[in-house]
Amino acid sequence: MIALADPGRLAQEPVIPEFGQGSDCVRENRQFCWDWFQSRFDDVFWPRIVEHVELTLIAVGIGFAIAFAAALFAHRYGWFDTPFTVFSGFLYTVPSLALFQLLVPITGLTWTSAEIALVSYTLLILFRNTLTGLRGVPEDVKEAARGMGLTTRQILTRVELPLAFPAIMAGLRIATVTTISLTTVAAFIGAGGLGQPIFNALQGGFKTQFVASGVLAVLLALIADALLVIVQRVATPWARARARVRAA
Amino acid sequence: METFIDAFRFLGNNPGLMWEKTVDHLALSAAAVAVAIVIAVPLGVWLGHVHRGSFLAINASNVGRALPSLALISIGLGILGIGFVNVLVAMVILAIPPMLTNAYVAVDGVDPDAVEAARGMGMRPSEVLVRVELPLALPLVFAGIRTAVVYVIATAALASIAGGQSLGDIILNQPTYGFAGVIAGSIAVAALAFAAEGLFALLQRAVTPRGMRKERAGRLVGPAIEGV
Repeated sequence: MIALADPGRLAQEPVIPEFGQGSDCVRENRQFCWDWFQSRFDDVFWPRIVEHVELTLIAVGIGFAIAFAAALFAHRYGWFDTPFTVFSGFLYTVPSLALFQLLVPITGLTWTSAEIALVSYTLLILFRNTLTGLRGVPEDVKEAARGMGLTTRQILTRVELPLAFPAIMAGLRIATVTTISLTTVAAFIGAGGLGQPIFNALQGGFKTQFVASGVLAVLLALIADALLVIVQRVATPWARARARVRAA
Repeated sequence: METFIDAFRFLGNNPGLMWEKTVDHLALSAAAVAVAIVIAVPLGVWLGHVHRGSFLAINASNVGRALPSLALISIGLGILGIGFVNVLVAMVILAIPPMLTNAYVAVDGVDPDAVEAARGMGMRPSEVLVRVELPLALPLVFAGIRTAVVYVIATAALASIAGGQSLGDIILNQPTYGFAGVIAGSIAVAALAFAAEGLFALLQRAVTPRGMRKERAGRLVGPAIEGV
């Protein structure tokens, strides 16, 4: 468990950076100062972007491992669907700011608290998409596989999972984008990420920092979304082929 | 564990404060939801009725989901400054996509046979919309509103940093209210989200035509299966 610095220390940072010696734009606190953004990108924003991506990848990775296992189990034993959906739906409904704070008395102002909350939000999406994908495999396809002598395990790995892949990818895409969004809030318990410069700027109201952090967070989400769409397309060439046949 | 006991003690000792902030929180959320409904639902219903604009209506929710709420509020802080307008704009932008997509999908997806039958009975297009399409679409339209409401309640807590009055004022003001206050505020926000979710689930059930109840319509477009 890595203890994070107390967010309170951030109050010691200068209210408006380079106050009195920056450009006119910075001194007048205009809406966006490109010169300041450019000169401070490497130390103010870049490390936060890296943290943001790390927090997101770890959360989606752990979330996927849990949700995937749960979905396989629910696929085999149908009764498990409802309790897990209710449990993950419960977590999904708790407002993010509240969940982060509620974990602090239990796991402290740590990276662990942030990750537990972030993982919680991925479960419902990943579980439902995986399970729906698995259940969407047509019965006659499975029948044919059985007829060819495939075992239950072989049917799962060679027939059901490949056919469920687009639904699973769609789930991963939604979960990733949602996690990027929620990670900004993790800064309130000192976990870093792009919420951190927003949090820091609250002390002095430096506008460029608000706008830059916000725009970077939106860009990060949109880029991740686009990347995952590309991965989805490349990994499922048959979906495109089918669409082409339908169009022709 | 002690922190939670302190938090409940805080709730008990400050009923006035909690009540005031809860009312603020609800008023802010209701304003955002109301504005978003007025914009998104008629647009989605109309697009679904004429079966056009699927690209816009479907992608609205994909893009909407990608917008981090805190980032929107932060950009608004820089551009619009502190205040109610900034907060309301950010919350409305976040509330529109799920409502728009659900309203579109709901009306667009009404059984064509039912629409055909209504037309055969001599109904005008406006009658088809009001008497056939809307009643059949209502459960799904409500599911979209329900998703948006829960989202808005969560965002209202963050809106506190930009001058929006809400329970976030307590959660984000540890120096004044102490850690017990932070946790008490968090418990209150979570309770509010669950209450809204439950209330809208009931409303959704109430507007579902009796014949459709077995289909569990509300589960069709929840937060899960989208973009497949």
